[in-house]
Amino acid sequence: MRHLKKWTLAAATTVAMMGTSSIAYAACDEIILGSAISFTGKYSTNGIHAKNGYDLAVKKINDMGGVKIGDNCYNFKVKYYDDESTPARTAQLLERLIKQDGVKYFLGPYSSATTKAAAPIMEKYKIPMIEAEGASRSLFNKGYKYLFAVLSTSEQYLASSVALAAEIAKKNGKKPGDVKVAMAFENDPFSLDVRAGVLDDVKKHGLKVVIDDKLPRDLSDMSATLTKVKALKPDLLVISGHSKGAATAFRQLGELKIDTPMIAITHCEAAKVTSKFPKVANGVLCPTQWAETLSYKGPYFGTAAEYDKAFKAAYKDYKNVPYQSAQASAAVLVWHDALKRAQSLDPDKVRDAIAATDLKTFYGSIKFSKAGNNVAKPMVLRQIQDGKYNVVAPSEWASHKVEYPRKAQ
Amino acid sequence: MTAADERAQEVATTAEPTSRRVFTFNDYMMFGAIVIFGIVGPFLFPNYTFQIAVLWLMVLFAQTWDVMGGQMGYNSLGNIFFFGAGMYICTVTQIGLFTDVGNYTSSSDGGSFQFTPDQYYIGVAVGLVFAAIGSSLLAVALGWIVFGLRGPYFAIGTLGIALGAGELVGAWEWVGGGGGIPIPVYPGSGDGKSFFYYTLCFGAAMATFLFLKWLYSTRFGLAINAIRDDEEKAEAMGIHTMRHKTAAWAISAFFLGISGGLFGNMTGFIEPLEVAFPAPTFGLFMVAMALLGGKGTIWGPVVGAILFHIVKEATWTYFLGWQWVALGVIIIVNIVYFQQGIVGWLQEKYPHWFGIEVEARNAGAKRAAE
Amino acid sequence: MLDNLNLLVIAPFLNVQLLLDGLFIGAIFALAAYGLALVWGVMNVKNLCQGEYVIMGGYFAWYIGSKGIHPMFAMPVAIVGMFGFGWFIYKIIISRVVEKDMFTSLLATFGLAIVIQQGLNLAFGPEVQVANSGYPTHTIPMLGGSITVAEIKFYSFLICCALAGAVIFFMKTSRMGQAIRATSQDARAAKVMGIDTEQVFAFTYALNAAICGAAGVLISMIWVIQPFYGITHSIRAFVIVTAAGFGNLVGVIMAAFGLGVAEQYGGFVFGAEMQQATVVGMLLLVLIWRQVQMSRYRQAVQ
Repeated sequence: MRHLKKWTLAAATTVAMMGTSSIAYAACDEIILGSAISFTGKYSTNGIHAKNGYDLAVKKINDMGGVKIGDNCYNFKVKYYDDESTPARTAQLLERLIKQDGVKYFLGPYSSATTKAAAPIMEKYKIPMIEAEGASRSLFNKGYKYLFAVLSTSEQYLASSVALAAEIAKKNGKKPGDVKVAMAFENDPFSLDVRAGVLDDVKKHGLKVVIDDKLPRDLSDMSATLTKVKALKPDLLVISGHSKGAATAFRQLGELKIDTPMIAITHCEAAKVTSKFPKVANGVLCPTQWAETLSYKGPYFGTAAEYDKAFKAAYKDYKNVPYQSAQASAAVLVWHDALKRAQSLDPDKVRDAIAATDLKTFYGSIKFSKAGNNVAKPMVLRQIQDGKYNVVAPSEWASHKVEYPRKAQ
Repeated sequence: MTAADERAQEVATTAEPTSRRVFTFNDYMMFGAIVIFGIVGPFLFPNYTFQIAVLWLMVLFAQTWDVMGGQMGYNSLGNIFFFGAGMYICTVTQIGLFTDVGNYTSSSDGGSFQFTPDQYYIGVAVGLVFAAIGSSLLAVALGWIVFGLRGPYFAIGTLGIALGAGELVGAWEWVGGGGGIPIPVYPGSGDGKSFFYYTLCFGAAMATFLFLKWLYSTRFGLAINAIRDDEEKAEAMGIHTMRHKTAAWAISAFFLGISGGLFGNMTGFIEPLEVAFPAPTFGLFMVAMALLGGKGTIWGPVVGAILFHIVKEATWTYFLGWQWVALGVIIIVNIVYFQQGIVGWLQEKYPHWFGIEVEARNAGAKRAAE
Repeated sequence: MLDNLNLLVIAPFLNVQLLLDGLFIGAIFALAAYGLALVWGVMNVKNLCQGEYVIMGGYFAWYIGSKGIHPMFAMPVAIVGMFGFGWFIYKIIISRVVEKDMFTSLLATFGLAIVIQQGLNLAFGPEVQVANSGYPTHTIPMLGGSITVAEIKFYSFLICCALAGAVIFFMKTSRMGQAIRATSQDARAAKVMGIDTEQVFAFTYALNAAICGAAGVLISMIWVIQPFYGITHSIRAFVIVTAAGFGNLVGVIMAAFGLGVAEQYGGFVFGAEMQQATVVGMLLLVLIWRQVQMSRYRQAVQ
């Protein structure tokens, strides 16, 4: 019994060691970035988007000569494990990456839930993680020192849509108290945090919430909620539930002919709604962390538009580049930048270099607050107009005017 | 009841081993090996501490499932309920002793309360005790609902309880709902935390093993075996079946509650559907592990869990993308071609290893034991 | 919650909408559930990969739809394809668990479900997919409001009825149907009477897969599909069959309709987060009620 186990473990270590040492770019050493991300389970759509983003940036950086530290050069390599979309696996896999694979630099998982499980581990081992897919605010009020996020936090996702609804109501001479808001949020950490943000904004503008439903995790039917929407006729409908939530919402918005004048849904791009539901998608507002039409620019990929092109060239079946991929790439860029500035492989020095990041990239500016979230980049709100995503808010980025009311299909 | 049903019952009731009530020489050997590995393991393989800790939890899962499924013939698919209940009871106790739970779990800015080391350790200790007792009480209460069910209906009814609990906790805002709860942070170093929980997991698994080993050698063990073999007859013989069934479930729940509290603390973040009540993964794994090793034996679940865990971890590392396929195929092959499990097969082949008296081999076995 | 109840009273047309949506979707549940009742009743196999077969059927529709052909044409393809697949699965796995106790089939098919999920994931990617029927949605004014009926839901309802009718007709009249019914009553006796029960089992299991495949084609046009979505369909099928008992097609259909409607009302009245809990709650209620019934005769539910 004991021998068997010992033997297996010994064999496992040997194989692991062989695996990490054999592959290498020409003449450069390797820096392993670790990531436990969702390849299976309910977050896997976006897990794959994020992985593609990581891989593209890693390839770009290695093509550009990798990281130079002193006289040595290093290429990036990402070691992935599949977290099955469950935080229960995250802790185990990160422990394994740290202890057995000796990984000292981490990229984040997909989703707030798994990132919430990851943050304490990073803190415990004092190893930095740059994450790109965990937006919940509660990640950044715990005093974590080793967690950095390139993306904007989740309360900003739908804030501008609420502001927009209030603005339009004012213009039409409606009292804010008469503006009815319907909310449907998936019952998971990310969407619940988005919901908390929306509730704050609704209060700020003095609007009225008429529906506040939480969608079940394994949802493929939300017609009961939408029937309520039909009855109560809200002025604004906000929905958040990752890619499958978006797909379900669009499908049933069409089937039940919901004619709410303003609808905002997260994760439109990731669910590829413009190609799947071209008619229904028209006029829907989609918050995004990043858009290829924005005038961001940086040293690695060039402009946002150039990144868009590079991504589509590398992954042929994407019609729109989801922001999940873009921010994943940005996280890898931050690693490169920080290691370059730190000129050291010591995790604590690297951590300080990350904290001091002030980087302009195709994804926008990246500068971390003390809590570790990126405060230099806004969220933008896009509206699907004739099958295209056009930025409509906030006004300094807007390229098009918002269409109101939404043209019903 | 269809003919097929009857056939199935016949098979279930006849193909069972009999006596295994002595702590034989081989038992001592196996147990000694496991204890030595458990103590030396974290020092020999310090990098694997966390994984071996999870391994002990898996051993515990399989053993507690076997109390019902193997020894008593009640195949529960919902034992994971007690794991999740224990997890939530423990966490809520840990938090509730020192701060307001509703505030701590609120999704906008909850969970920022800092626990002192004393508060942490007291919280874990009290939390685990509450988790164990609370889960047992829940088992007693739920026993009234499900023990009138038999066979597939029992399995589905218990599965329903586990699934329903996940959904209900997810809708309960006081405990964070679907947003989950971040667990208080361990006040020591990273390796310190791994070792602390390793010790507790190992202790829990061994305590479970010794307790069950003892339990199966008592009259209670005989009684639940009688219930498995023929419940009506057992009742006619004067065994209070309901009481025995409830007690057996409460014992399972007691240890599962502890394991839930431990796992929640090790994971660092809990939420209802994926971490606390994962019926399609842990819930079914515990069954698969017990069957792989051989249900209704004391060693089967232990061996099954160890093998299952090693295979699972290995496939997750080296067959990324195919890991679920590998796991599914293993389960199918095990179930279809290797019904009685590893220990069950050994028991049939070499009964004297297990202290089962078989006349022809009796003498040889005794000699071997000395 | 009270607000929502109040809403149902002041806007009665909502009841019609919820009822219709529930019935339409319940009809599809009924297909998968009837398949389960069939294999459970005839060969005592608790097929836990029922939902995966549904999702596989959905991928037929999605694939054909993505090639520019109307996804409705996937129906015959899915039925034939899934029939073949079911037969194959029977030969390599199920035939070996038929005679075993209940847990064997449950776990073997659970293993199979895992393999199918991951197989679909590897083949088609984890993305949420839909098949577009392109049929319009109609608005019908009624009871002081208006309800919407998507044509596809209506058609799928008709198709479900047609399929159910065909299966009943087949069971009642054909030689194989008689053999299946005989086997379900007493397999040993059927064998003695010269029925090739092995053949009957294989056919039954394949038929179940085919029915699920048909349900999947419809699901992909009404809801969304993803490789890991099967489990909820499996649970629904189990809830329905447990409530109705097997060998009772009418019961299965009524239970399926009931479940569809209960889900809609549960989601509406208690909030969507309780929609799944409603399903499970109903299951437990049915089980408790049946225990109470049986305990009058001092018997257990088995």
